[in-house]
Amino acid sequence: MGELGLTLDHVVIGREGRTLVKISDHVAPGEVLTVMGPSGSGKSTLLSYIIGTLDPVFEAQGRVILNGTDITDTAPETRRVGILFQDELLFPHLSVGENLAFGLRASVKGRSERARQIEAALDDIGLSGFANRDPETLSGGQKARVALMRMLLSGPKALLLDEPFSRLDTERRGQIRDLVFSQARAKGLPVLLVTHDHADAEAAGGRVHELTD
Amino acid sequence: MAVPAEIRPARARFLPWAPLLTVAIMVGPVLAGVLGTLAPAFGYMPALGGAGLSLDAFGMLFDWPGITRASVLSVTTGLAATAISLLLVAVICAAWSGSTAFRVIERALSPLLSVPHAAAAFGLAFLIAPSGWVSRAISPWLSGWERPPDLLILQDPYGASLVAGLVVKEVPFLLLMTLAALSQVRTAQARDTAMALGYAPVTGWFKTVFPRVYAQIRLPVYAVLAFSMTVIDVAIILGPTTPPTLAVQILRWMNDPDLSLRFLASAAAVWQLLLVVGALLMWRLAESVVGRLGRRWVASGTRGGATRTIKAVSLAAALVSAGAVIFGLLGLVVWSVAGLWQFPELWPDGFSTRTWMRHGPGLGSIVEETVITASVATAAALLLTLACLEAEERHGLKPSTRALWLLYVPLIVPQIAFLTGLQTLAIFAGVDGNRSAVIAVHVIFVLPYVFLSLADPFRAWDARYGEVARALGASRDGVLWRVRLPMLLRPILTAAAVGFAVSIGQFLPTLLAGAGRVQTLTTEAVALASGGDRRVISVYALSQTAVALLPFAVALFVPAVVWRNRRGLRHG
Repeated sequence: MGELGLTLDHVVIGREGRTLVKISDHVAPGEVLTVMGPSGSGKSTLLSYIIGTLDPVFEAQGRVILNGTDITDTAPETRRVGILFQDELLFPHLSVGENLAFGLRASVKGRSERARQIEAALDDIGLSGFANRDPETLSGGQKARVALMRMLLSGPKALLLDEPFSRLDTERRGQIRDLVFSQARAKGLPVLLVTHDHADAEAAGGRVHELTD
Repeated sequence: MAVPAEIRPARARFLPWAPLLTVAIMVGPVLAGVLGTLAPAFGYMPALGGAGLSLDAFGMLFDWPGITRASVLSVTTGLAATAISLLLVAVICAAWSGSTAFRVIERALSPLLSVPHAAAAFGLAFLIAPSGWVSRAISPWLSGWERPPDLLILQDPYGASLVAGLVVKEVPFLLLMTLAALSQVRTAQARDTAMALGYAPVTGWFKTVFPRVYAQIRLPVYAVLAFSMTVIDVAIILGPTTPPTLAVQILRWMNDPDLSLRFLASAAAVWQLLLVVGALLMWRLAESVVGRLGRRWVASGTRGGATRTIKAVSLAAALVSAGAVIFGLLGLVVWSVAGLWQFPELWPDGFSTRTWMRHGPGLGSIVEETVITASVATAAALLLTLACLEAEERHGLKPSTRALWLLYVPLIVPQIAFLTGLQTLAIFAGVDGNRSAVIAVHVIFVLPYVFLSLADPFRAWDARYGEVARALGASRDGVLWRVRLPMLLRPILTAAAVGFAVSIGQFLPTLLAGAGRVQTLTTEAVALASGGDRRVISVYALSQTAVALLPFAVALFVPAVVWRNRRGLRHG
């Protein structure tokens, strides 16, 4: 068993011979590493590589190691790396509760037990009784909280954030940001945040890795 | 180390082969059919005693007195129908795109498209015939006609009514293809820029938008040209008779009990193919000439344009074109329940359900055959299409522009040119004349339309939903079944409806693959054409239309009910 946390071991991603991202770093449990760079610098590409959905047009090398296990070649669904995008991407064909149920691990058995946990999760994010709502009827901040909770219910061992706060207004932004970071810290998750916003980087409080062209 | 996602049980192994299989299904029969046409055309058909190579069949063909006229008709009606349709679509878009009127036109498209060619042709025939509704409407107060005038409007020797019948159906098709192309070119921006530079809107559109749009609708235009030159059902209903168009004549020879005429039919089919290739080359040449003139016109800097006139004319043309289909169908409805209806009365003396009652029982089994054929063919096409699109995503099998041509192969190679050969092959293989053969042939034509209809929405789906779902622990299959397909319910049902309508409309494939023994609404309706009993024809043509329209209603209704509480999917 190796070191706990998320290790990026000499990861290099390129396209048609041009290197887009080059990073080698370790994120300890509860720590936030911020990766900054202008748009088009391949920040999202890096996250795709870590979760295992990188488009084959990219060439990538280097290992991704989570809590001592090399997950570079494993299927995305077995990696247990959670991700939040700029858009909430709540599944529009499912209700709020069904979205959470999609995330909740199948090891939680029994309909009533699953329903209970989902109701409890909604209570946690101040959305009690929202289980049957259409996600499209929620406000931006409410959607962001559902997306976060959906991801947490899947029991991730690391957390990736792809500019998740940039669509929220200033007031909500602070709230959601605090919620995300406090949850991650409480659960001892290594967090990788990509952003081009210095305020996000400051709020994260961790080290900053700058990507340059 | 965990097993990579790509190494899975055999079940998942189908996907990487799906694109190849699909291409084989679409292109294979076309190639085989063309070969099956070529061989007897040059005298080789051992089963009928043709063992050597000879040009006798071509000799017979060019000795046939109608050959010049039939060939000229094929070329002129095809070119005219294509040019008029394209022109109409271009001026409608130039004058109206972005307006409220345009949105109304857009909404009318799908239903207009799904009306089968034969039904639209019958409707048009009953409108413009000397004893048709138009003539009745102006008689006798304006025209002075107390009896139907002795005018050769229908089936006129120049094929004008045939061209009209083709235009009313090809305009919606080309318009739909143009709309898809417009959404990819930033049209409003280009035209606004032109207008800011002082160009009249229509002129600005033609100078900035049209060249880019045309480049994208070139293949559909070629398909329209090939189709119009070789159409059979519409030509039987509206086209000239002595001689008919070449394609209709080929079918007559094919259906002749004298099997030796198959050599002649095959030679004629080869000739028809050459005519289509020639017309396509001519069209291609015209493209570059028009393109060069257009460049000069663009560079001339002329900004004016009869915007108002073009707006009025194009709207009128759109209304006439859509009206011909809509009033044609209405005419069919009235005829199907008409009692005594003498000229020049605008309405029948009485209404009765007698025709429906008399033909209802016989109709049942034909509707059943039609629906089974269409359902199976559509399901197969949908499965292949989804498999191709999913394989494209999973295995990075992105089709090149050249691969897009393959989709159009069954639409551009004339049906008459390869189905005759395919039938010859099928007869000797003993696999013709049953439902499975008809379904198999239908798949060839349903596939391209289902693919074209579904590809854009499928590819436009936000792939990040898939990434999120996988990060949440869903497998690739899980993403497909639990997220992607449900979210794409509406476009999938629409594509199915398109495929269904295409299958319903197939005349020649049904007739040839079914060897005349498989009866669908289309073959029956067209067979009734020569009898001229308007009431019976109306009953069949309306049933055909209803069966083709119903799936579109389902495609609208089902997502609206299933996703009634899902705002995010209501306009997807």
